[in-house]
Amino acid sequence: MLKGRHLIEPRNFSLEELDELFSLAEKIIENQEDYLEVCKGKLLASLFYEPSTRTRFSFEAAMARLGGRVIGFSEANSSSVAKGESIGDTIRTVGCYADIAVMRHPKEGAPFLASKWSNIPLINAGDGGHQHPTQTLTDLLTIKILKKDLSNHTIGLCGDLKFGRTVHSLVKAMKRYSNIKFIFISPEELQIPDYIKDELEENQYYETISLDEAIDKLDILYMTRVQRERFFNEEDYLRLKDSYILNNDKLINAKKDLIIMHPLPRVNEIAVEVDEDSRAVYFQQAKFGMFVRMALIMKLLGVDKNA
Amino acid sequence: MLKIDSIKRGIVIDHIKANCGYRIFKELGLHKSDHRVALIRNVPSKKLGKKDLIKIENKIDLDLNILGIMDPGLTVNIVEGEEIKEKIKLSLPQKVNGIFECKNPRCVTTIENIENVEFILVDKEKKEYKCEYCDTKTSL
Ligand SMILES: [Zn+2]
Repeated sequence: MLKGRHLIEPRNFSLEELDELFSLAEKIIENQEDYLEVCKGKLLASLFYEPSTRTRFSFEAAMARLGGRVIGFSEANSSSVAKGESIGDTIRTVGCYADIAVMRHPKEGAPFLASKWSNIPLINAGDGGHQHPTQTLTDLLTIKILKKDLSNHTIGLCGDLKFGRTVHSLVKAMKRYSNIKFIFISPEELQIPDYIKDELEENQYYETISLDEAIDKLDILYMTRVQRERFFNEEDYLRLKDSYILNNDKLINAKKDLIIMHPLPRVNEIAVEVDEDSRAVYFQQAKFGMFVRMALIMKLLGVDKNA
Repeated sequence: MLKIDSIKRGIVIDHIKANCGYRIFKELGLHKSDHRVALIRNVPSKKLGKKDLIKIENKIDLDLNILGIMDPGLTVNIVEGEEIKEKIKLSLPQKVNGIFECKNPRCVTTIENIENVEFILVDKEKKEYKCEYCDTKTSL
């Protein structure tokens, strides 16, 4: 039962609970008009201590499409936080007005701290480089719908695997399913950290610096961007940023039923020409993100009949 | 052999690996303490060859968690009326509160006033603990 719970990290939910959530998301996708008023009279507090327009829009659109309303702030300096209020006080006050809250915070662990004080369900919408569970739910729902199953896939993760929170979270979430193989494709400077690899079986993954070498083996290709601020000097950044750009040429040997995912926004790691390829699903993925947030809000509020 | 008076009431920390006594002495803040204390080094020991010992007079409360992390092989003897009243075998605690500070500058504990942040044991061999908020690992 998910009613009244918090979502701070993906592993807060069991595989069965995730299944339940994804089934509801699929029902919403099939019959959107049935859900237009299920959250009528409910209020979502959107607490964004740092701007993240995309994530905020996704939550606000989700709540609006369920017939609920949203209050909140979109950066810390416009709120009482700027006056030095503690996170615990803020969330308890918000709990007096709203039925459910979403928190984005630059400090790692802030939503977990808030959840200790909160008497309404709280969703972590990203805390620094730590967790971003609704992105992971988005990725899982995308795979479940487009590949029909969360088991039996070879997943290539490409780009910045060292700092990429999205990637770490997805690997941890996917390894809970059976027969999953990972291929980590990155420059040596940005390899996946040992503590992630330590959790995998030895024959469950391999690392390579070449996207070309790995492409024909993949069922799923997850692209991430290589960010300038991850590098100490401009030269290293310029040298590496173009090495992992996906274009039509690189896709020549790819499987026909590959899906290409990306958390967005992209910079140039996927050439625009790839958008026309039916295997490119990143914009669909963003849409699934809204649907999974709709399902999540419903489950945590307990407005789904089977919540 | 060097003779140190036995204590009537207090604590004797035994089976400290030779040369580790001073670090434990300092970690417990005994170098700044008003209690009558003794650090005895390089005592012959059947079990360890050589060992260090710490005696503290008139003090019977001690943070066993810190000791457990520093050396789970220690024995703590509580002495009352010149007799050992209790022998405590230490172990590595699964969780500790208020001992570590999180080293991650991006951690919420650096901006919020949180008392007794909990750290959870993640690696027994390396004696590593992780911050309950940001999962960053730390050790003594
Ligand atoms: Zn921390």
